Parts: sequence; structure tokens; C-alpha cells
Amino acid sequence: MDSAKKSVLAARRQFLLDAARMAGGVGVLGLGVGLHAKQAKALPPAAIRPPGAGPEQDFLGACIRCGMCVRDCPYNILFLARPEQPIATGSPYFVARTGPCEMCEDIPCVKACPTGALDHKLTDIAKSKMGLAVLVDKETCLNFLGLRCDVCYRVCPLIDKAITLDLRHNERTGKHTIFEPVVHSDQCTGCGKCEKACVLEVAAIKVYPVKLAKGELGSHYRIGWEEKQKAGGSLVAPEVEHQYNLPEGMRYEHGKGLSSGPPGTMATPEAGVDSLRSVVPNPGKNAAPAGNIPQNIPGGGLSSRMSDDAPR
Amino acid sequence: MNENMRTKRWGQEAVETKGWWLAHKWLVLRRVSQLGILAAFLVGPWFGLWIVKGNLNYSLTLNTLPLADPFILLQSLVTGHVPEKLALIGVAIVAVFYLLVGGRVYCSWVCPVNPVTDAAGWLRDRLGIKGGAHVSRNARYWILALTLLLAGITGTLAWELVNPVSMLHRGLIFGLGSAWMVVLAVFAFDLFVMNRGWCGYLCPVGACYALIGKASPLRVTAVKREACNDCMDCFAICPEPLVIKAPLKDATKGVGPVILASECTNCGRCIDVCSKDVFSFGSRFNNAASMAGVARAASKRSTQVGSAS
Ligand code: SF4
Ligand code: SF4
Ligand code: SF4
Ligand code: SF4
Ligand code: SF4
Repeated sequence: MDSAKKSVLAARRQFLLDAARMAGGVGVLGLGVGLHAKQAKALPPAAIRPPGAGPEQDFLGACIRCGMCVRDCPYNILFLARPEQPIATGSPYFVARTGPCEMCEDIPCVKACPTGALDHKLTDIAKSKMGLAVLVDKETCLNFLGLRCDVCYRVCPLIDKAITLDLRHNERTGKHTIFEPVVHSDQCTGCGKCEKACVLEVAAIKVYPVKLAKGELGSHYRIGWEEKQKAGGSLVAPEVEHQYNLPEGMRYEHGKGLSSGPPGTMATPEAGVDSLRSVVPNPGKNAAPAGNIPQNIPGGGLSSRMSDDAPR
Repeated sequence: MNENMRTKRWGQEAVETKGWWLAHKWLVLRRVSQLGILAAFLVGPWFGLWIVKGNLNYSLTLNTLPLADPFILLQSLVTGHVPEKLALIGVAIVAVFYLLVGGRVYCSWVCPVNPVTDAAGWLRDRLGIKGGAHVSRNARYWILALTLLLAGITGTLAWELVNPVSMLHRGLIFGLGSAWMVVLAVFAFDLFVMNRGWCGYLCPVGACYALIGKASPLRVTAVKREACNDCMDCFAICPEPLVIKAPLKDATKGVGPVILASECTNCGRCIDVCSKDVFSFGSRFNNAASMAGVARAASKRSTQVGSAS
């Protein structure tokens, strides 16, 4: 009787011990895999997901690593990550520099995906956001050196939308123009054709996962002019008509500069504006009074900021 | 005594009485199945003959038949993603199939790791390696729960980062990389650390399939258990020897001859290896204990009841 009780107790102790050992072992295993998973969540800069992939976190939960997208890509640019790569094992990616996405109109990779990890709602490849091109090195980009390479711009499937050439003065020569390739994040699909085409030994323009390439404003920031447009008028009401303190008979019009207008059309300058005016050095007759011009006015603001003789 | 027994290899008696083919039939069929499935996946990338696309996680056969792995889809569901129709159809087909034929048929007839662990088990016996770590065979179910928990917590398919099953199969088809190291680790673990350790104690994929096949009609049954001469070859060869004991030996306790435990992989090696042809494939519903056994069991129970009161 007593020995039976003892053996029951011993069995119970053994059971608890076994359970604890199991919990410990499985727990350690879980910790290891969990930490590994956390590390594997960050996508390395050179690995770009196929079109239609959501944010990395969602994608890694939705993609079952089957490789159907890899198989149905007619250009064979997609690969499944191997265990030794710093990409979640078995998940699909491409490398822009060696094989960019050709932006197939019928998007076979998305159609092949059985889980919707590549979103089936994506039907227009131009709307995909695989990554974002960034001109990372202005010191080697041939266009910045004053040449007309333009290759990244020329190969872009969304030429003049995703990438434009913005003109600026070549300060070094003093008489030429720099055709700066500028990527626009609202249009760029991250296909990587620009990076692939860049003629340098190492591309000056590179495609990164959007999360790495894109800045983000603090959520409390509001862009004044956008808010104004949304509201259909100034939000800091009442907006005061800008007053210029000008010689008798002169008129200033935004974008046009000074002109002589019919006398009496200008309102009498107010005291506040008058006092402000006095600290700004008198500009030349034809120059815009830069100190009074808001900086975001096209044509006016930029040039006065760039040229050295403009007052700062 | 034990040394004496080991001079005879497993199944040698079966080879002598039934001939080589009948003593290896199910083993050969199993290897044909495993290799055939792998070959169907490989002729695509190797020769451009696309019979099956994808891998064991999800595949599309002849561009029409979708098949998806329930375990991986379950993990994906836990992360909060609801898959598209094709994956759902695929998983339904696979689940119903294994529900009928036995979940761990996946293990013995499909899984690419099985030949690896079988080889480790065979070599372990040849080299006479004994002992090793001990854990409960239920560890796999705990690990299964853990993988689902991890998927929920991390929001990603965390287990896929280390899963040797999908890593090996995907690797063979899409490029192995360093996945061979993981497979080698499993082999070494089974060889040196734990007999039949990976598949018999730890693998959550096998555990998941065991749960799916819990009520499968197709089972191995020890129909002619009266003929058993206690050679113990079936216990030695079976990757899950615990499942055999009651159906084979407990006729007197009223246990039927069908191996009901869902951990049985329906590999049929016990059928091969038994010189007395005790085992065969059968239905789980043909499970009446023999009349004599039942009667004996009934009388035993009644005497027990009598003594207790
Ligand atoms: S859009 Fe075309 S080229 Fe690009 S990944 Fe998909 S299938 Fe491949
Ligand atoms: S087809 Fe979809 S689920 Fe399969 S690997 Fe590609 S993205 Fe992942
Ligand atoms: S990645 Fe380059 S080529 Fe592709 S859309 Fe963006 S800018 Fe154009
Ligand atoms: S237990 Fe796991 S590794 Fe072993 S055969 Fe089954 S699925 Fe494959
Ligand atoms: S009982 Fe027989 S069929 Fe089942 S796993 Fe063991 S050897 Fe294979």
C-alpha cells in the first residue's frame, strides 16, 4: 500500500520533471527560431520582392515559399532565397543589377501566386511598388559630371513620369547645363531597369526596398500648400493681400516682376510691411525683391536661392 | 542471448521464407513513390517538361491540380493572412487524401527527409550505435504548437526558416545552397544522438499529418497475430515501434488487431519483415478482437470487478 503510494508519487514527480524538461527544451528551440525570425525580417538592400508583394512583415506571413512566381516569370529573374542568404529562406526576390523586372503587362508572377502574397488586385504593372530607385551617388553619375549619359532615364518604362531630367546650371563650367536624373516615388515601380542599365562599374542609381529608400514625415506635419488646396482657401484666415512698398507708379506682379502700372492702382503700404521692408537691402531695378518672396514659388524662389548674388 | 539474436539481420527470416521481393515489397514501392514524386518535380527544371510546378508547400500538377501543404497554410493563417482560392482548394484536396489513407503516409511515401532518416537508422544499426538522448514522443506535438505560436507572435512563417522538410525539397528543385547542412544535421542527429529521433520525436510536419490522419480508414492490421513467434523483427524495423505493441500483443486485453495509433506511417515495413505474414493493410473498422481473446478479456474483467468489490 505504502509502496504503491510512493510509486505513484515518484511517477508524478517523473511526469512533472518530464513536462518541465519538455517545456524547457521546446522553449529554448522557440527562442532560437524566434530570434532568427526577427533577424530575417529585415530585407537586405539588394533584394527586391516581386510585384504585388505587400510590406515585408505581411509578405513573410502570406508567402508559403512555393516558387510558383519564380516558375511563371518569363524572364527568369526571380529566385527563392537559400538558407545562407540574409533573406527569409525560400522567399522570392530579384536583384535589379543582374536581372530587373521587365514589367510584364499580364503580370504572370502575380497570377501564379496561390496565396495572394502577391496581391491579385494588382492588375496594372505600372502601379506596382517593388522598390524605389534612388540616385545614390551624385559624385560618379555621368550626368552630374556634365555628360549626357541619360541611360537610366532612357530605359525607364515610365520615362518622364518615374524619372525625369531636371535642368540646372553647371557651376563648374559656368556655361553648361546639368541634366539631373530625378526619380519620383509616386510613379517609380522599382523595376530596377535603371540600375541594370547604369553604365558605371557600380551603378550610381540603385533600387532599394521602399522602406529603405523612402523618408517619412512626422505624422503631425502638414504641408501648407496641400492643406490650403484641400480646404479650398487659406487656413490662416484672413489671408492678407501681399503689399509691396514700391516707388510711385511701379507695380510688382508675381512671376512677372516690376512694371510701371497706372498710378493709383497700388494700395498704400501698411506700417508692418513698411518696417519689414527697411531691413532688406534695396535690390537692383529689375531684380525681384527676393527677401519678400515666398520660397516655394516656381521660377522666383528657386533661382534666387541658387544664385550667389541673391540676398540670403 | 541478445548478441545471438543480432547475428541475424532484421527480416532475414522473412527473406528466407518469403523470398526477397515479398520481404521488401512495400519498401521498394515506397522508394519508387518517393523518387517518382521527386522526379515529377525535377523534370520541369531539368528538361523543361513541366508536369509539376512548385514544391511540396504548394504545387500545380499539369497546370490544373493544385496541392497545398496543410501545415504551412495553417501557419500562414495564424499570421493573419487569408490565402487565395487556389491554395485553399489545394489544401482541401491534400487534407481529404490523407484523412483517407493515413496522415503519415506523407512521411513514408512522399517526404524527401524519410530516405535520409531511414538511412541514418539503418547505419546506426549496422554500426551498433546504442543509447542517446531521451525525450517523449509527444515532443513533436509540442513543437507543432510552438511553430504555430511563433507564427502568431512574429507574424511570419518562422518555422520555414529552419524546417528541414521544405528546405530539402525546395533545395532539390530550386537550388540547395547550404540546405544540405541542415539535412546532414538531421542525419547526424538520428545517427549519433537519437535513434529515429527526428521523424519519431521532433518533426512538426509529421505531427501535423498524424493529426490529420487520426481517423483514417486505411490502417495496417496485425490480423494473424496468433501466428507471431516473437522474433521482434517488426519492432526493430518500425520507425514508431510503440504503435505495434498493443494491437500485436494485447489480444487478451480485448485490444483489436488494427494499428490505430496515428503515428504509424503506413510504411508497410512490418508487413515485409514478418516471416509469419502477421501484418497486412486493412480497414480500421475491421477491428474486432478475436472471439477467444474477447472472451478471455471479458472473464478477466469480471474477475477483476469481483475482486474489487
Ligand atoms: S512582372 Fe514579369 S518580369 Fe517582372 S517579376 Fe513578374 S513575371 Fe517576372
Ligand atoms: S507564388 Fe506567392 S506564395 Fe509562392 S513563392 Fe511566390 S510569392 Fe510566395
Ligand atoms: S526603377 Fe528605375 S527604371 Fe524602373 S520605374 Fe523606377 S526609375 Fe524607372
Ligand atoms: S516525420 Fe517529418 S521529416 Fe520525417 S518523414 Fe514525416 S514529415 Fe518527413
Ligand atoms: S507499424 Fe508497420 S506500417 Fe506502421 S510505421 Fe511501423 S512498420 Fe510502418
